[in-house]
Amino acid sequence: MSTQQAKLDDGAPMIEMRGVNKWYGDFHVLRDIDFTVKKGERIVICGPSGSGKSTLIRCINHLEEHQQGEIVVGGTPLTQDIKRIEQIRRRVGMVFQHFNLFPHLTVLENCSLALVWVQKRPRREAEATAMKYLERVRIADQAKKYPGQLSGGQQQRVAIARSLCMHPEVMLFDEPTSALDPEMIKEVLDVMIELAEEGMTMLCVTHEMGFAKTVADRVIFMDQGQIIEENAPEPFFNNPQSERTQLFLSQILGH
Amino acid sequence: MANEKTLVSARAAPNHSVGPVAWLRGNLFNGPISSVFTLLAIWALIAGLTPVFEWAFINADWLGETREACDSGGACWVFINARFEQFIYGFYPDELHWRVNLTFALLAGLLAWLAIPRLPAKRWAAVLTLIVFPVVAFVLLHGGIFGLQLVPTYKWGGLMLTLVLAVVGIVGALPIGIMLALGRRSKMPIIKSVCVIFIEFWRGVPLITVLFMASVMLPLFVPTEVNLDKLVRALIGITLFQSAYIAEVVRGGLQAIPRGQSEAAAALGLGYWKRTGLIVLPQALKMMIPGIVNTFIALFKDTSLVLIIGLFDLLAIVQASLADPDWLGYAIEGYVFAALVFWIFCFSMSRYSQHLERKLHTGH
Ligand SMILES: Nc1ncnc2c1ncn2[C@@H]1O[C@H](COP(=O)(O)OP(=O)(O)OP(=O)(O)O)[C@@H](O)[C@H]1O
Ligand SMILES: [Mg+2]
Repeated sequence: MSTQQAKLDDGAPMIEMRGVNKWYGDFHVLRDIDFTVKKGERIVICGPSGSGKSTLIRCINHLEEHQQGEIVVGGTPLTQDIKRIEQIRRRVGMVFQHFNLFPHLTVLENCSLALVWVQKRPRREAEATAMKYLERVRIADQAKKYPGQLSGGQQQRVAIARSLCMHPEVMLFDEPTSALDPEMIKEVLDVMIELAEEGMTMLCVTHEMGFAKTVADRVIFMDQGQIIEENAPEPFFNNPQSERTQLFLSQILGH
Repeated sequence: MANEKTLVSARAAPNHSVGPVAWLRGNLFNGPISSVFTLLAIWALIAGLTPVFEWAFINADWLGETREACDSGGACWVFINARFEQFIYGFYPDELHWRVNLTFALLAGLLAWLAIPRLPAKRWAAVLTLIVFPVVAFVLLHGGIFGLQLVPTYKWGGLMLTLVLAVVGIVGALPIGIMLALGRRSKMPIIKSVCVIFIEFWRGVPLITVLFMASVMLPLFVPTEVNLDKLVRALIGITLFQSAYIAEVVRGGLQAIPRGQSEAAAALGLGYWKRTGLIVLPQALKMMIPGIVNTFIALFKDTSLVLIIGLFDLLAIVQASLADPDWLGYAIEGYVFAALVFWIFCFSMSRYSQHLERKLHTGH
């Protein structure tokens, strides 16, 4: 099926950002971002509100445009070319804070839509694939319902399944649990942990430090558009280097 | 059950009961001044409406063939009776009226299919209405192929022409309006400005000017061999005019859809047209229906302006028959009839649109 996707070896770079800068008008949101996500790596990004975390991961699939620097996804440089952007988007899954399910389509249609219209699969096959992933996130029994009839946690699991249907090589998560009631956070995190254990390459913006400690290979701390600190979870939490990281950690772990 | 009943009747009678007498007392007679005004208003209503009622019903003449039947001093509905066919079909040949009837029966069937929520396969209904029906309607009304006798457009008239103008106007304006609205939101400056200029131009010009331009100026732009039919010219003018209004309704609908919808679709790899067609428009369209119906009502009434370029819509044909020496002096009857027909159509559409708005408010 996928001819253009050269299978990457473990350890090959999946996402590379080099000297990325972005402005909103005069406001400098991303400053000299440099980092690499290798295939199979799980990375957590944290930082105070407004530090540019969402902007950063939205640049990877070109939901936001960067003005300077280079972003390479799975060996394909991100340019203005719309064909190439769409090609990259097919290889990158994204889960949003507010789920963004399509309210006029059933859960099953939400998941099979892109298989039919992007990958041109026959409807039956697409629905079978969709059911497979809905089962994986333990929500197959709700397939015929509309998103509005589900709880937040269920909706977010559907959103994860919808992304997985496209067989992404990397998954981006933008605060997937921060719009959820506390009792629903766990069901979503459990799905994400399973995904990590299966070897999915993941880039998660989250303040769930428990999740970071369990699955992350690296934690990145951002403030004011810059990557301030980047380390494995154990040293990151026990021995933060910069003052701003220490302050941030004391604030979110203190509560 | 019995227990509950005794419990209820044992309670003190509530002050604000809602029987008709209580309603009257609460709303019309709550105090001496209010009562005086209520009585005055009732008197004025009776005084004003009695003559109208007498004219329209009690002293009216309903049956007959000629004006001699009208001798009671009230309304002469005989005139409407005698001219009814013409008011509805214009100069369309009598023996071919079935073609007009069939066309509008088909349209009514399709609209019912679209409007009644229980009926399935709305997508097919929409395709039939917007793509197949216009072709069928043209063949039926105009003829000239499949052995159907040709009826040139100058013979079309009356209510039938009014409906043709309004329906073609809306069906033609819908796709153009959607394109204009999408263009207006485009990030490409040229497309955006072209759409903005187009929309603002047509919204700033009265329809009557558009019709004049369509009948006088349009022929200047097309080669002289192409003799554009007068009706076609009016239809082009009305469609472009209407598309600007539809564009603004559509833009309102598009704005109501959160940006996250389009982003989620983009993140799945769907291109612009698929995002728009599969995700954004279906959701926006639902919200746009009341607005579209309202624009349609306005257009329906405005079609009567075509009389200034010599097309005989319902109003024009009523007016023309007033000049008939056989029926001089029955202008009021004619205008009342035309107004009533317009009112019936517009009122039903307006009720339908209100019903939709209520349904949207309560969430599907
Ligand atoms: N479209 C925009 N136009 C102008 N400024 C924007 C826009 N989007 C975001 N910003 C600004 O850019 C900064 C970074 O925003 P971003 O959403 O990336 O922050 P974040 O780290 O994800 O914060 P949060 O934790 O609140 O989600 C913020 O100060 C925000 O106000
Ligand atoms: Mg954010």
